[in-house]
Amino acid sequence: MAETQVTKPKSFQEIILRLQTYWASKGCAVLQPYDMEVGAGTFHPATTLRALGSKPWAAAYVQPSRRPTDGRYGENPNRLQHYYQYQVLIKPSPPDLQELYLGSLEAIGIDMALHDIRFVEDDWESPTLGAWGLGWEVWCDGMEVSQFTYFQQVGGHDCHPVSGELTYGLERLAMYVLGIDHVMEMPFNDPGAPIALSYGDVFRQTEEEYSRHNFDAADTERLLRHFEDAEAECQSILEHPATDPKTGKRIVMAHPAYDQCIKASHIFNLLDARGVISVTERQAYIGRVRALAKLCADAFVQTEAGGQQPEVAS
Amino acid sequence: MADLLIELFSEEIPARMQAKAAEDLKRLVTDGLVEAGLTYGGAAAFSTPRRLTLTLADLPAMSPDTREERKGPRVDAPEKALEGFLRATGLTKDQLELRDEKKGQVYFAVIEKPGRPAAEIVAEVLEAAIRGFPWPKSMRWGKGSLRWVRPLHSILCILTGDDGAEVVPLELDGIKAGDITRGHRFMAPGEIRVSSFEDYESKLRKAHVMLDATARADMIRHDAEQAAFAAGFELVEDKGLLAEVAGLVEWPVVLMGDIGAEFIDLPPEVLQTSMKEHQKFFSVKNPKTGRIEKFVTVANRETADHGATILAGNQKVLAARLSDAKFFWENDLRKVAETGMASMSDSLSNVTFHRELGSQAERIDRIAALARRIAPVVGASPDEAVLAAKVMKADLASEMVYEFPELQGIMGRYYAKNAGLSDAVADACRDHYSPLGPSDAVPSAPVSVAVALADKLDTLAGFWVIDEKPTGSKDPYALRRAALGVIRLILANEIRMRLDPYIDIQLLRFKDARRDDVPSEGVEMLIDEIADHGVFGAAIETVLKAFGEKDGQAALETLKTEVPDLSEDLLAFFHDRLKVHLKGEGIRHDVIDACLHMPGNDDLTLLVKRANALAAFLATEDGANLTQGFKRANNILTQAEEKDGVEYSFGADPKFAEDDTEIALFKALDAADTRIKPAMESEDFGAAMGAMADLRAPIDAFFEAVQINTENQIVRRNRLNLLAQIRDICMNVADFTRIEGT
Repeated sequence: MAETQVTKPKSFQEIILRLQTYWASKGCAVLQPYDMEVGAGTFHPATTLRALGSKPWAAAYVQPSRRPTDGRYGENPNRLQHYYQYQVLIKPSPPDLQELYLGSLEAIGIDMALHDIRFVEDDWESPTLGAWGLGWEVWCDGMEVSQFTYFQQVGGHDCHPVSGELTYGLERLAMYVLGIDHVMEMPFNDPGAPIALSYGDVFRQTEEEYSRHNFDAADTERLLRHFEDAEAECQSILEHPATDPKTGKRIVMAHPAYDQCIKASHIFNLLDARGVISVTERQAYIGRVRALAKLCADAFVQTEAGGQQPEVAS
Repeated sequence: MADLLIELFSEEIPARMQAKAAEDLKRLVTDGLVEAGLTYGGAAAFSTPRRLTLTLADLPAMSPDTREERKGPRVDAPEKALEGFLRATGLTKDQLELRDEKKGQVYFAVIEKPGRPAAEIVAEVLEAAIRGFPWPKSMRWGKGSLRWVRPLHSILCILTGDDGAEVVPLELDGIKAGDITRGHRFMAPGEIRVSSFEDYESKLRKAHVMLDATARADMIRHDAEQAAFAAGFELVEDKGLLAEVAGLVEWPVVLMGDIGAEFIDLPPEVLQTSMKEHQKFFSVKNPKTGRIEKFVTVANRETADHGATILAGNQKVLAARLSDAKFFWENDLRKVAETGMASMSDSLSNVTFHRELGSQAERIDRIAALARRIAPVVGASPDEAVLAAKVMKADLASEMVYEFPELQGIMGRYYAKNAGLSDAVADACRDHYSPLGPSDAVPSAPVSVAVALADKLDTLAGFWVIDEKPTGSKDPYALRRAALGVIRLILANEIRMRLDPYIDIQLLRFKDARRDDVPSEGVEMLIDEIADHGVFGAAIETVLKAFGEKDGQAALETLKTEVPDLSEDLLAFFHDRLKVHLKGEGIRHDVIDACLHMPGNDDLTLLVKRANALAAFLATEDGANLTQGFKRANNILTQAEEKDGVEYSFGADPKFAEDDTEIALFKALDAADTRIKPAMESEDFGAAMGAMADLRAPIDAFFEAVQINTENQIVRRNRLNLLAQIRDICMNVADFTRIEGT
């Protein structure tokens, strides 16, 4: 481990910037967030789909994530319905992934000589994505700061080679590093800046608005229809023949179909927050989203990015 | 002679898997070596979060030469036979020997295997062990196909003899065995070369790795006790947690901290659960206040600030967790203060218990109705039992139990007390899930017993109705545990109740809920009839008659076979569980069988009383001999009955007795009968069997002196009828035909 003394970051955004710089220096493509509502960074196609197939991949990105049921009107010190995850996916998983990961903690100002970092068993599973992997939650002084997973299966497909996935819960990690007790009090930019903004300045109002919307206002009838529409759209996109009649090229529309899967998943989360899904129905909805994820995975592995050799035009 | 050292160095192994993995490594390697003819002196296996280690002492340099001769087919045997022999031995025809035997020339294979170097064998055995390792869950990583619990980084494998250490040549999916290990991940991450187990262990210690999990656990316990003691506190012992924590660290450092004053008044179970489940903290109790006021966390390293940063971090995480818990606790208490337990139990109507078995609220109503009927039998107030049943699952809707499901019941007790309910009801909230495991304590308070029984019987009846019974190793609804719970509740409290009627009643409630065609009115009548008279068959006839030609009679009539079929099957399930339970208590299965086949076998207390008496009786010499006497009588009788086509059950007459022993037996049977009857009526099986024991001598003497199948048909019939009397007396006490030969 490098002995260089790393300065403490001053703000939420500085931690993000340091992670971006760190992973860029380790050879990752620094991508941008996916432009859809997702429950976690894993849903970004740069993780879900790119973990499939044989092509090497290395990407890092921030992903705004939404968990409607976690809304607390901005009052809870730790819970938010909208939060950020930092996501790294490297395929094949390099042998020194643990060391690389620990390096990223140093980069954001965690002094390895003073803290107690532990890898505690945590098998990851996403029933909606039909995905699972083995790994740990990483503890820093008893606090979970990341998830570390070796993907074994995604969308029902075995991962060959295996991707290593790192997920940092950015608010929680930043609060720990910055020594903040309430998320809304965390400096978003440099507290010495002419216009210093806290996390609350940026998000308190939206947390309130979305909490009210998610729990009480979202129209469940319409949402149920949207769910069905997204499901039908996903399926019908994939029913198109692989060869595009207009261009004559082979174009499997895995990504557009997967967008609909993401949409269905988010709508399901909203319905769940509205409390209209019973325990039993819950399983059925999860199964329907999983079926879509599986269809998309099946489609993706038929594409070039999914490891398929480009077809020689016949 | 050489010593073997193996270390498999990987990324962090789940704590719960480490101990077994070390033992598996030992077993797989030693079995493999022995199989290959390599002996060893002693073996020891170790585990840490990052390594499995095995050391074996005194391996010979080579495995011994072996010579095996195998006889093959005769020379003139068909070609096929020879081909088979060659395949089996792996030889060619010209390698076989021909030997003259009596019946002609025979092929012989002489397979000589020279001894092999230990290193070669170790390499093979270790590779096989790694590839076939029985991890509960394993994974692949990178581009490879090797499976291990987490990525495997290096293999250390050396044989240490008098002239130094030799690396065993082995390469596995790109990992080459060597003599290198590494120290503590953070405190000594560099490579370490080792030459023997002693060298390895001592160098690791210097590199901040304690190899032995037991030593780590001992150290943690010792240091934690000392830290608590020094502050005038006591460590709350937790062996499971100790073992787990010892598997999370290579270099344990105990740190003790305070629980914030604002949290000390939370229920101790909440503090302990939060600390143990989420943070792996030990609880530390203040003996003066009896409260948990401190915690012990175990770090995996030493630091320049003596753990101050680590402790502060842990304290902060705990405070965040506990402020969550406190928030839930206060919210729940506020609701209870406003509207009592109804604030929670009302929302259970929206919670599904099981897709086919309705909501939690419906389930609670069924349990309450059953608890009302069971209450008088166990000495509980029916009203209190109903009240307990109505509120005991309310905490499932509390915020605290939503966050900490393991606190179900425990929180219910607190909330019930806060709602001003009696201690009996509050305790029933906590205890109605019990007993859970086979070693879990059994409730004895009457209200708790009534609702605990009703809860479990309802669950069993429900899953029987929808045909979701346990199969093989699959028991997703823990029905075996529920049945064992019923058994233990009844036996531990010596409850005298027949299970049958209660099973029937609960089956009927499910049938009523699930079938629109069955009139509820009729079902209620039926339930009342069963409760009053106890017999389903008679009850349904009464109800069918009373119901007359009204609509739904036909539907009611279908219950006539449906319910008894299910009921019998469920009772048989109880009996199976009882057998397993009693076997665990050392009662032979045939003894249990002999009692199961007696009337009233749904009264488990009676059944076990009988079984215990019978087991004690059979253990005596008289008991064993009487059983033989019974069998002899029974055999003779059965044969005669088969031959004659009649059943000898007619009273024998002493006036046809010819022999003194015969007369004596008549007298003894009469005497026994007059003692056994009242004993049986008062269920004093011991006395009944004692009376039977007195029959042993007269029966033995009778068989000694008398020929049953005599020429005189009158005397023969009389003697057979006399034997029948023996059979009747014995069978009245237990089914002796089920007792296995002595």
